[in-house]
Amino acid sequence: MEIFFQQVVSGLATGGIYGSLALALVMIYQATDVVNYAQGEMAMFSTYLAWTMINAGLPYWLTFFATLVIAFVGGLVIERVIIRPVENAPILTIVIVCIGLLVILNSVAGWIYSYIQKPFPSPFSERPVRIGTVVFGAHDIGAIGVTLVVLAFLYVFFRFTTLGLAMRAAAQNPSSSRLCGIRVGWMLALGWGLAAMVGAVAGMMVAPKVFLDPNMMAGILIYAFASATLGGFTSPGGAVLGGLIVGVFENLVGTYVPFIGTELKLTVALALILIVLVVKPSGLFGRAAVHRV
Amino acid sequence: MSRTPLTLALLAVVALALGIPASAQTPGVTATEIKIGNTNPYSGPASAYGTIGKAEAAYFKKVNEEGGINGRKINFVTLDDGYSPPKAVEMVRRLVEQDQVLAVFQPLGTPTNSAIHKYMNQQKVPHLFLATGATKWGDPKNFPWTMGWQPTYQAEGKIYAAYILKNLPNAKVGILYQNDDYGKDYLKGFKDGLGDAAKKVIVMEQSYEVTDPTIDSQIVNLKNSGADVFFNVTIPKFAVQAIKKVHDIGWKPLHILNNVSASVGQVLKPAGVDASKDIITTQYLKDPTDPQWKNDQAYKDWLAFMKKYYPEGNTEDAFNVYGYTVAQTLVHVLKQCGNDLSRENVMKQAASIKDLSLPMLLPGIKINTSATDFYPIEQEQLAKFDGERWVLFGEIFDAGKK
Amino acid sequence: MRRFPTLPVALALLVVAAMLPFVMTGFRLFQFTQVFIYAIALLGLNILTGFNGQISLGHGAFYAVGAYTSAIMIDHWNVPFVLTLPVAGVLCLVVGFLFGIPALRLEGLYLALATFALALAIPQILKYFEHWTGGSQGIVLSKPDPPVFLRAADARVHLTPDQWLYFLTLAVLVVLFVLASNLLAGRTGRAIVAIRDNAIAAQAMGVNSALYKSLTFGVSAAYTGIAGALSAGAVAYVAPDTFNVFLSITLLVGIVIGGLASIPGALFGAFFIQFVPNWAQEISKAAPWAIYGIFLIVFMYVMPRGIAGSLRLAWARLGRARAGTPTGA
Repeated sequence: MEIFFQQVVSGLATGGIYGSLALALVMIYQATDVVNYAQGEMAMFSTYLAWTMINAGLPYWLTFFATLVIAFVGGLVIERVIIRPVENAPILTIVIVCIGLLVILNSVAGWIYSYIQKPFPSPFSERPVRIGTVVFGAHDIGAIGVTLVVLAFLYVFFRFTTLGLAMRAAAQNPSSSRLCGIRVGWMLALGWGLAAMVGAVAGMMVAPKVFLDPNMMAGILIYAFASATLGGFTSPGGAVLGGLIVGVFENLVGTYVPFIGTELKLTVALALILIVLVVKPSGLFGRAAVHRV
Repeated sequence: MSRTPLTLALLAVVALALGIPASAQTPGVTATEIKIGNTNPYSGPASAYGTIGKAEAAYFKKVNEEGGINGRKINFVTLDDGYSPPKAVEMVRRLVEQDQVLAVFQPLGTPTNSAIHKYMNQQKVPHLFLATGATKWGDPKNFPWTMGWQPTYQAEGKIYAAYILKNLPNAKVGILYQNDDYGKDYLKGFKDGLGDAAKKVIVMEQSYEVTDPTIDSQIVNLKNSGADVFFNVTIPKFAVQAIKKVHDIGWKPLHILNNVSASVGQVLKPAGVDASKDIITTQYLKDPTDPQWKNDQAYKDWLAFMKKYYPEGNTEDAFNVYGYTVAQTLVHVLKQCGNDLSRENVMKQAASIKDLSLPMLLPGIKINTSATDFYPIEQEQLAKFDGERWVLFGEIFDAGKK
Repeated sequence: MRRFPTLPVALALLVVAAMLPFVMTGFRLFQFTQVFIYAIALLGLNILTGFNGQISLGHGAFYAVGAYTSAIMIDHWNVPFVLTLPVAGVLCLVVGFLFGIPALRLEGLYLALATFALALAIPQILKYFEHWTGGSQGIVLSKPDPPVFLRAADARVHLTPDQWLYFLTLAVLVVLFVLASNLLAGRTGRAIVAIRDNAIAAQAMGVNSALYKSLTFGVSAAYTGIAGALSAGAVAYVAPDTFNVFLSITLLVGIVIGGLASIPGALFGAFFIQFVPNWAQEISKAAPWAIYGIFLIVFMYVMPRGIAGSLRLAWARLGRARAGTPTGA
């Protein structure tokens, strides 16, 4: 029985990683209707900037918040400069631009920092925590905690502030929002900035565990997509929960279903997603899109 | 008027005439240069290995600056194949058919080399010193133009199997391996080495994909299987995680780590020296982060080379020692060719290396090839990490002597 | 606006294409064969995504299924290469159709993600069925030889394996392109496009949306599967990790750059995805993919509807200018 709990706990830890990046993905989608394929690379690049600062001697929390600011500005600038010219183009055109951004960020990071993995510090203790026979890292808990804090912050921001309301309006109905005096263009830019910030948090929480290298986020992005799909792209909380579910489910399948074992772990996780989608196409917690004729 | 200028001119003409080969029979070779082709993954998921190609290019630059090989400079044409077999086929065909290289040296990766294996032999182009530990490259009867270089993964696996059979006959082994040709090759060698005992000895196998973010779950399962030996077949990124997790969950197996991830600076230190204590591996090259080589002349030379010719390269990365050493092997072969730089002679010289000792190889390990032995390096030595350095122990295993 | 003289241009290009193998090196031929293979795959994807509006990020999966079908048939049962092509096509048709059925419930983004999941799972699945697929070692094949009458010592025309593969691929390309062209120009094509533009209205007009969407998925998969089978012959090696997510993304890039809902767009896109990465490498050894990314972004700025889209626009403007209307000036 103890192995069950251990695997669940490990799964939650891994799932927390997926969920934090999934949150950033959903954020951009909610704010701008675009699925940003470059989200992972933006997070990775922000983490590299943090690494540079830490290596230069800056203390951790100063670096953390400085990185958030840089990421925010970066996301904003990317939206205004790179995405703006194709804002009104067909959706797939924007997707290609995001893919272009992805390869550029990955390639530049590899060029500047080389491909060898680098350790990244965690603000939480290195010592493992033991409850009974179940062991987990303090960092794992801390990372999930940080993700939940970010989630809470976003919830409050969107629900209870005017700016948040304006952003939601701009995403759902740009033309009407303009009529209300909302500067839709800047709302989109803000959305990207916020999502980049969330991504940077995800990157800095992930890096201590998986080590920093330019391809760090590639695998995680895949799971983040799976998590967001499972939870529903219209639900930030759903995305995080989706991540936790995927993490735990994957581990349990790998442990308890012998003929699958670890060689089909990813496949099973994906099959789960597909099944959920067939039953509930907009994800577990998503709202079904209503098409007006 | 002095006769010296005329004499000099005549001597020059004679020298040139002696130096010009019949270029139709010696592709890639002119009086002044030797063209060598290479593909490496400079992009994509395996881009961490791209530093090998860069280290090799840097070494050839050094050789050129010191006069080249018998008066000829090496023109090292290296292309990115992104670790994709179709791309590798395309790039290698370009090197052979368009760039007309003398040989294709150190293409990296098992799938990529598998894709070009038949082609290279059909075209009769030297396919030398492949950057992969698979066993199939040492088959001179069927593929006379292909030769590996490093000790094979299977041979390494067998060494660990032999060690376990000899020292821990009642061992229960749990294995973590990467789910691709590299991981599976280690697995096969290990199982072959155990022979009939394999079923009894191996209690659990867990695999992972390169795209997996963590391998925590696999480690937990392995501990739970009751294994008291952990065979860790992972690349550096996951090796660190594995070592850390094993330590964190309080599991204390005999930890065997594959050579690919045996770097002190890249893997053991980040994972924690306490967690890494008593890990066993095999070595054939000197680890540049191992303090025991700090005052070794060969290490100092390598460091100086890195600083001068590859300053952006990481001096803690064992891949850069690997690239340096295999490049030296090629230079040796080309020097042995003298003025006959035909492809046939290059293969002939590559297959006649006798007791070649290179500076960054461990003391006692030598390169040997023959017409029936296309495995240049077959020797490795076991080493145990004492918290600070790899302490070599036991005798040098020689896979060539069965 | 004058109609673009498609047929004469196509025939002229075909003549040029037929002459190339006798003036190009084997390596260049290999590259052009790859272009044709990509063009077939892209046309498949375009039928689904461009013409029918169903976004697929997983066509690499069908490419893989086609490639492995061919490889397994050759490796296990010694089937002649040419025969493996229709088998791959039919198999992918069925698989695509079956996948298309549950996909009916999914819209836009979620369909894209479901297909993405399929593409992700493929390498693992291929590695799992080791006995058939050779696992992570893959299957090594021999390049298909030309049929006896084209290579025997007394044959009138001698073709090298490279040339034979080129002509075979070209022939398959022409056949598939003509088929697609006919399909899309007729009633079926109009139904497919109608579903993309306004599914509800199409249904109201009597179009059996579910059937057409699933069939389109099947046909699209068949095209890409045949392309995959051809690639097994061209590269003469299949391995699971070759058919990764990046392949699916590359195919998507190809159709958008080439031009959605455009048959010649498949060819433009194929040239792009084959050659631009090589050019990027020439430009910058240090960060070639950054250059590729810049190419992608700039292309999308300048030609948001792809190369074919921009050419169409240019032709229309030219027509207006010729006709002397005020807007053409």
